[in-house]
Amino acid sequence: MSAHSHVDGQLPHEPEKATLEGRNKVLGFWLFLGAEVVLFGTLFSAFLALRDKVGDGNPTADELFNLSTVAIATFILLTSSLTSVFATQAMHAGKKNAMIGWLIITVLFGLGFLGLEIYEFKEYVHEGHGFTTSAFSSSFYTLVGFHGAHVAFGVLWISIIIGQVLKKGLTVVTAPKIYVSGLYWHFIDVVWVFIFTVVYLMGKVG
Amino acid sequence: MAHAHAHTVKRYKGLMDWLTTVDHKKIGILYLLAGGFFFLVGGLEAIMIRIQLIKPLNDFVSAEKFNQLLTMHGTTMIFLAAMPMLFALMNAVIPLQIGARDVAFPFVNALGFWTFFAGGVLLNVSWFTGGAPDAGWTSYVPLASPTYSPEYGVDYYVIGLQIAGIGTLIGGINFLVTIINMRAPGMTFMRMPMFTWAIFITSALILFAFPALTVGLVALMFDRLFEANFFEVANGGNAVLWEHIFWIFGHPEVYILILPAFGVISEVISTFSRKRLFGYSSMVFATVLIGFLGFMVWAHHMFTTGLGPVANALFSIATMLIAVPTGIKIFNWLFTMWGGSIKFTTANLFAVGFIPTFVMGGVTGVMLAAAPADFQYHDSYFVVAHFHYVIVGGLILGIFSGLHYWWPKMFGRMLNETLGKLTFWTFFIGFHMTFLIQHFLGLMGMPRRIYTYLDGLGFNNMNLISTIGAFLMGLGTIFFILNIIVTSVSGKKAAGDAWEDGRTLEWTIPSPAPEYNFAQTPLVRGYDAFWKEKMDGHKEMTPAEPLGSIHMPSPSILPLFMSIGLFIAGLGFMYHNYYVGGGGLALTFLCMLIRSLKDDHGFHIEPDELHDKGVKA
Repeated sequence: MSAHSHVDGQLPHEPEKATLEGRNKVLGFWLFLGAEVVLFGTLFSAFLALRDKVGDGNPTADELFNLSTVAIATFILLTSSLTSVFATQAMHAGKKNAMIGWLIITVLFGLGFLGLEIYEFKEYVHEGHGFTTSAFSSSFYTLVGFHGAHVAFGVLWISIIIGQVLKKGLTVVTAPKIYVSGLYWHFIDVVWVFIFTVVYLMGKVG
Repeated sequence: MAHAHAHTVKRYKGLMDWLTTVDHKKIGILYLLAGGFFFLVGGLEAIMIRIQLIKPLNDFVSAEKFNQLLTMHGTTMIFLAAMPMLFALMNAVIPLQIGARDVAFPFVNALGFWTFFAGGVLLNVSWFTGGAPDAGWTSYVPLASPTYSPEYGVDYYVIGLQIAGIGTLIGGINFLVTIINMRAPGMTFMRMPMFTWAIFITSALILFAFPALTVGLVALMFDRLFEANFFEVANGGNAVLWEHIFWIFGHPEVYILILPAFGVISEVISTFSRKRLFGYSSMVFATVLIGFLGFMVWAHHMFTTGLGPVANALFSIATMLIAVPTGIKIFNWLFTMWGGSIKFTTANLFAVGFIPTFVMGGVTGVMLAAAPADFQYHDSYFVVAHFHYVIVGGLILGIFSGLHYWWPKMFGRMLNETLGKLTFWTFFIGFHMTFLIQHFLGLMGMPRRIYTYLDGLGFNNMNLISTIGAFLMGLGTIFFILNIIVTSVSGKKAAGDAWEDGRTLEWTIPSPAPEYNFAQTPLVRGYDAFWKEKMDGHKEMTPAEPLGSIHMPSPSILPLFMSIGLFIAGLGFMYHNYYVGGGGLALTFLCMLIRSLKDDHGFHIEPDELHDKGVKA
């Protein structure tokens, strides 16, 4: 099955699953996300075990977190998941330009989220909550930082895919990449929902 | 399929061919070479450990060197020898057994090998840069913390294993997708050979176990390199957290090691008994159940940590439960042999030797699972004896069995049976001599991981016998290497159905398998697909497709460079040289970018080329 053959330029309805290579990619990526669930699950466990270990005189979660900044970041990231869905729908409808538009908006939202996160981290360091301050701070920055690194990677990745689609068009080779990067983007959104709950809300409550 | 635009793909020869290959059969051989090399390294470390312990107050190596040898022996054998040799068998056999032309992601397959190799080399570089890791293969904190292990050794452990672990994880995903998506027409899940089933479950275990190790290693690396506080008790860290994370990975890991061996034994015993595997569906069920329970028992490594009676009781019961599906397997193998016309080839000797040996390891496992008794056995040579019975007596005998069984398919030559039998008997007797007696050493109170012992404790003779046994195992390994050398020079050429009693698809194609595996994808009409055709009077499989041109993936040098990038990055970060570290990562990401931007069109092998090579199904 050659990946680059398609009949008279007409894309099938689900171009990401039109070839065996595409189907392999989609399944393989779902499995990879399974591994990511364990990865973040372990990071969450470590954080939960260490979240009260603030040390003497260091700011606690309650003193530190500013929920309004985090709420804005959450809003931005969740909206970017919606725009990512629109991109995938546009791909299924064969509308290349609309898809690229939605992908660009997704990337911009991702950048906005990263900007807020960097600002937030700078504030925390300013308040004496550095990476090496306590077990709480180390596990906090590792968990939230891993997520931030995932967002940054996603932003880069989707940007590269946008470039490829502009150059090569929407084909059975590029379609699985778009679809799979969409899965990735939703996944890091779901992780953020848990971070917002477990790290920030629970940090505020107790 | 219109492929009017013919792509010319550069095809390499010699060394470049091996460095760029994405062919699962060649990658299997690479895994075997690298894993075999590390097996010899780890074996040499074991022999040095045993020489040090041959008599009381020996000074063959210093205490520091002993700790390094002991740590590197365990780490090397598990991560750099056993796992890669399993991946060698997986690569060599799985696509052939399911009637596929390759794995789902050939490029990722090559990447998995090279990252494992880069990680393994990095770990062993530590010998030449001031001392290997010395905190045990479990690398428990606080011993492994920067306070108590200020040298670079443990840094090599966390970074080397991290890089090697990437290779294992992507290999696991690759085989899951391969087995789910690439089976030949007619091969339903319940018609898959038992080895394929075992690898399927093993890959799922890899998928869910290795990310936990990734996080554990990252946390320990952050503690060591960037002064984080995960395990620094003074700053609120928690040392028991490491134990949990390590064993949540570590216990599934031992099933990752043993399930493939179960698969090998099932194939070999069935083939050489000339009988269908007894209780196939119960075998599948038992494999799935062992895989599932394997995630529920990690705290039995921590009975003496002080988790409390409730936790200990629960983990104790869960652990003992695993004996049930394992027992099912043992009886199924015995019933497969029952009434069969058994041929005791070397492969079968290893398989038959495996059964009682593994049962003994299993029985001591149940003994150790009894939490109150474990307080007595804990950290003694009894534990050392137990896990060598399941890992060497289980896994390594399984790997030897599989290598002797599939060698003709991998290399096209039969191994010599006389040398094979010498290998088996020296290794088998040597093994029991080394480790049976260690049970009693442990019960008498000899602690594990000590570099020497005093005279007059009653340990002397048993340690001497144990060391002689270790030399016998070394001799067995030398016989095996001799066998490889002798038969590669003057060995008998292997037929397609090398053992004449082949039951599964890999025996329907020539030995060694051609580049494209199957000229025509076979149609599978039942379990033991080839045997079924033979019993119906056919000499070959019914093809499921007409003869046509075959699409092949292009070779690529990128996986090698990506791994070299990670290797450089690891060294750079370890020595706090962030330019070197960043440069290494940049090389890796650059290769990823090239891979993403450059479409791999592959090339085609046309039907007339197939006939030129004289391939018959």
